[in-house]
Amino acid sequence: MLKEIIFYGRGGQGAVTAANLIASAALKSGNKGVQAFPFFGAERRGAPVKAFARISDEEIFVRSQIKEPDIVVILDTGIMDAIDVTQGLKEDGIILMNTNRKPEEISLPYKVATVDATSIAIKNEILVGGIPVVNTPMTGALVRILDGIKLEALKEAMVERFGKNADKNAKAAEEAYKAVII
Amino acid sequence: MIIVDTANHIAALAAKMAKPHVIAAYPITPQTTIVERLAEYVEKGELNAEYIRVESEHSAMAACIAAAATGARTFTATSSHGLLLMHEMLHWAGLARLPVVMVNVNRAIGPGWNIWSDLNDSLAQRDTGWIQFYASSNQEVFDSVIQAYKIAENEEILLPAMVSYDGFILSHTSMPVEVPEQSKIDEFLPDFKPGWILDVENPITHGNIVPPEPYMEIRYSMQKAMEKAKKVIEEIGEEYGKKFGREYGLVEEYRCEDADYVIVAMAAMAAEAKVAVDELRQKGEKVGLLKLRTFRPFPHERLKHDKMIVIDRDICPGLGGIVYNEIKGNGSEIYGFIAGLGGVDVSYKDIERMYELAKEGKEGWYPTEVK
Repeated sequence: MLKEIIFYGRGGQGAVTAANLIASAALKSGNKGVQAFPFFGAERRGAPVKAFARISDEEIFVRSQIKEPDIVVILDTGIMDAIDVTQGLKEDGIILMNTNRKPEEISLPYKVATVDATSIAIKNEILVGGIPVVNTPMTGALVRILDGIKLEALKEAMVERFGKNADKNAKAAEEAYKAVII
Repeated sequence: MIIVDTANHIAALAAKMAKPHVIAAYPITPQTTIVERLAEYVEKGELNAEYIRVESEHSAMAACIAAAATGARTFTATSSHGLLLMHEMLHWAGLARLPVVMVNVNRAIGPGWNIWSDLNDSLAQRDTGWIQFYASSNQEVFDSVIQAYKIAENEEILLPAMVSYDGFILSHTSMPVEVPEQSKIDEFLPDFKPGWILDVENPITHGNIVPPEPYMEIRYSMQKAMEKAKKVIEEIGEEYGKKFGREYGLVEEYRCEDADYVIVAMAAMAAEAKVAVDELRQKGEKVGLLKLRTFRPFPHERLKHDKMIVIDRDICPGLGGIVYNEIKGNGSEIYGFIAGLGGVDVSYKDIERMYELAKEGKEGWYPTEVK
């Protein structure tokens, strides 16, 4: 089964890293096919950005862009004023949002899951230039929504990628995993 | 060990494991992360190579040529305008019969300025005497770089080799790649043993003026080497398969046995076409895929079928699709499509649509002008 995910955020929030962490964790959890890629173009800090991930139990041969995702992950709800994040989302698709609101408070014609990743990032001191980086807690929440990826595999992927900085990110991911409201 | 990384980082890793003595490089999007990663390897002491930061791609190739002439194993990487600036030196490497290995990350040519993929940059180097491989996955990038050295350095071949793949679609996309042990790579790829070298202790001259008849002999021997390369590429691809479990050749056939139509595609488009073939087969359509891996030498004899659909992510103005025109005239009924130039997204659904159009007897620029 192929799952396609789009991450929406702003340049500097780590959307591409989130996609890569999910791909690595998926492989470590036994999925044969994984992909992670940025939006193909120039990006800059603060501007809306997209990143993509594909996960499958079989090798993936698709190389084209993701146009009909199964899940969209929103790192910064501020971009929703400018971008239609539901574009192409499958009818039974899921929207995972970084917000302190509950899913029932959000009026979108899709299944919504929410997690306050910003607070979790601040609490765990995951800050760059004083600004909370929400990508790692969001991957924790996403693992809870996705079938077939283990939280332990996500933590391993963080150790590989961040080295000694992995601890606080792994802790934040676990907190978000537990806190996400579906 | 299986790792997940971008094709550019994988290309750098493969180059490192081939243990080049000299790397000469100049950055250009979307190739830059290859030579950045190689610079890190050298800086950290993980790769014992001379890393030359040159002032242009023309100089990068010139440095590789000079180093290869002293018997060194060399590597460089480029894209698009960088490759075009190298053009003169590409001919030089070919005619001097120096087995330089290069990665080209396919990127459209400007203006209008565009950093996305099409294959015009490398296909335009078709007459330079370089062996050309096109990879469809990050695994194939790794495997092809390793094989490229062994093929290029084969004493019967001695030609430079280029491994190309789509900018961004592969270069910046992470995929799983099985990376063999260094010791296994060393077993597969022995040291480069040149037939002659430039050596100050034992001076010879090379590349001097050549009268007409010997010049024609040089050209003849190059053509013979290219013809022989077809067999060597298959043999080394098979040897690689026995050692590492993944076999390669000139062309990969996919579900062609009973096919009425076969699609011909290269690079990332060939992977996407596999999905299209599976989808069409499920609907009962008898269709297969010929994935063209080696553009030079061109495997004419392997590219024959009653009805063929050729998808070109390239254009020769005034002629048409480059691959289409290479195949045309082989007796097959051929439908040609130009698609995906400058990085226009081509999905398997588009390829299915091209198949349907070809069945109606149509071809042309997809999707804007098909008739």
